[in-house]
Amino acid sequence: MEEKKPNDTLDLRGVVCPTNFVKTKLKLEEMNSGEILEIVIDEGEPIANVPRSIKEEGHKIIKVEKLNSHFRLLIEKI
Amino acid sequence: MKDKKVEIKFDHNLEEQKRPKVEVELEKGKKEVFSLEQLKSGGYIRQRQKDLFTVRLRCPGGRVPFEKLKKIAEAAPKYSKRDYVHISVRQSIEIPYVHYQDFAKLAEELGESSQKIASCGPRVRVPTACSGCEYNPNGLVDVQKLAQEIDQKYFGIQCNHKFKISLSSCPIDCFRTNEMDLGFQGAVEPIWDEETCTGCRICGYACKEGAITNDPKTGKPTIDRSKCLYCADCIRACPTNSWKERKKGLVVRVGGRHGRHPVNGSVIATFLPEEKMGQIIEKVIEWYNTRGKGKGRVRIGDILMQKWPDFVDFIHPVLGEYAVENPKKPEFIKIHTFQTEWQPEPIIQE
Repeated sequence: MEEKKPNDTLDLRGVVCPTNFVKTKLKLEEMNSGEILEIVIDEGEPIANVPRSIKEEGHKIIKVEKLNSHFRLLIEKI
Repeated sequence: MKDKKVEIKFDHNLEEQKRPKVEVELEKGKKEVFSLEQLKSGGYIRQRQKDLFTVRLRCPGGRVPFEKLKKIAEAAPKYSKRDYVHISVRQSIEIPYVHYQDFAKLAEELGESSQKIASCGPRVRVPTACSGCEYNPNGLVDVQKLAQEIDQKYFGIQCNHKFKISLSSCPIDCFRTNEMDLGFQGAVEPIWDEETCTGCRICGYACKEGAITNDPKTGKPTIDRSKCLYCADCIRACPTNSWKERKKGLVVRVGGRHGRHPVNGSVIATFLPEEKMGQIIEKVIEWYNTRGKGKGRVRIGDILMQKWPDFVDFIHPVLGEYAVENPKKPEFIKIHTFQTEWQPEPIIQE
């Protein structure tokens, strides 16, 4: 399946919890439903917490990719 | 200093022996004679100060609707000789410095919002509970609903001694179910669906217990059940909903207490369905009241430590498939480590 092209992107490497999630949430609020946000977060605490919070906000994580010590997530705004 | 005259304060505890009983109106129009100690059973707790009491309110699960809170804030200043309430460790709002002659008036005013008075003494107390699963993201079981149910059905049942029930919605166990005569804690067992799993590894990071490991190549998880706390973090974190709930229920603990010599309660059941909770409460109290007969003021934990095999035989069929096999009996937790020579008092058969 071809990867959806992100409409926007956030590099959250080095950004701690919960600031990384807050920035993601604010960005998603600016976007239209159905659009895709790409974020890059650190492994460890951020990858343990951020996906759960995104899910709880009702958005959809459509792709998760591990890049060395970071994770790239594609989020579909609901 | 030796020559200085020491001021002797009058001890009202001694004075009470001269007037062991007082006529008290607990409900309007119903005057009864009580010993000051007896009033405790109605939730009126004697203070150091002569004739003054702390009135403990019944706030099951610590949830106080605004209407009741407003009424408490309205009524308390009229009858309390101080300007505050105290929030007890078991979630009750307590109104201190109330004269016993004001009990009926205070109770009647609070009753306008159906706010009731709690209870102390040897009986089932008001249940305590965390905020539950309604708005707390970690919550797994609606323990607020269960706390209201316990309060309505079992509050005030007579026992040998106090009987405290508490509920925690998840394994973080903020309401310390291991320190209760009877405790219920929510738990969820996860199950993994290989087909929908993309091997993203988030579950491995989300699991705080190290129970989930992801294959280095494929990312697919394996779970070590002996490390799982049943908190459902994996289910909440999984982007593809490949971790699902297999079963949900209550971990049941019995025989715990805090106080001078705390006892760590025992897990007797896991994943007990909510609907079975009432039956377990009834059976545990039945065992306590029959085995406690004639033993006086003794907590269930003490009897359990003495008659553990009898309790296990009694409760096992009630718990059925949810029973823990060979449960360990409750044990003292040593917190006053400097008190090296303490021994528990033997239970006296009256």
